[in-house]
Amino acid sequence: MTTPTKIRATAKDGVTEVRVLMQHEMDNGRRKDEAGNLIPAWYITDIKAKHNDRTVLEGQFGTSVSKNPYLIFRFSGGTAGEKVSITWLDNKGESRSDEVSII
Amino acid sequence: MDKSEVDFGRRKVLKTGGGIGLLGLLVAAGLIQPGIASAASARAAFEAKSMDEALNALGVNFPGNNSAIQLTAPEIAENGAVVPVTVESTLSRTEQICILVDKNPTMLAANFLVPEGTEGFITTRIKMAQTSSVIALVKANGKFYRASREVKVTAGGC
Repeated sequence: MTTPTKIRATAKDGVTEVRVLMQHEMDNGRRKDEAGNLIPAWYITDIKAKHNDRTVLEGQFGTSVSKNPYLIFRFSGGTAGEKVSITWLDNKGESRSDEVSII
Repeated sequence: MDKSEVDFGRRKVLKTGGGIGLLGLLVAAGLIQPGIASAASARAAFEAKSMDEALNALGVNFPGNNSAIQLTAPEIAENGAVVPVTVESTLSRTEQICILVDKNPTMLAANFLVPEGTEGFITTRIKMAQTSSVIALVKANGKFYRASREVKVTAGGC
């Protein structure tokens, strides 16, 4: 089960700013649950952002990225109505891709 | 989008090919561009338990400080679980941005590959176990530079 990524992409003066909020536990494998058992590491390892078909950002995360990873980045170009997508992959092999239109 | 459509192919190369050894060979043979290879070997940097190890895995040695890199982080972070960090590089052709935390169990928090057309700018949120310096590594025109800042952590969040 994955939860949709919140994405907002706004174009202004030839630059598109993308704000991303991914929904993920980002467990680092050192935390314990109430019974004292270690919670296994579970975190996003790879992300990729695309503007239409062009990759505009690639990233790899470790366990030190906060729960529900948040990102802001900017790329040149992009006009209202074009697509920006965010894809992530976690260490359990789960992945999710979400897409929005630039406003 | 279906998972199989996503290009996470380099991970498969690592898994099936016996790790960085093969990748090194491919780089040597000119089959893979160094940029792609460094993305894959960064995975090893995430496992690094010391700064030297992390820098080695990233292929960096003694990066110089550069005032063209601006690292913004709070002076005092009350909640170590959510520390906002912004890295902004005005160096021409910024290719890669890494964020490291010196005293975290694993140093490397995030590694970003910045393609042409994307600004040398990243904001994200990281976890910090204790008061430590936060380091931004920026690769521009094939060379690494750094900027660092001390962040006091009131309650660790790792």
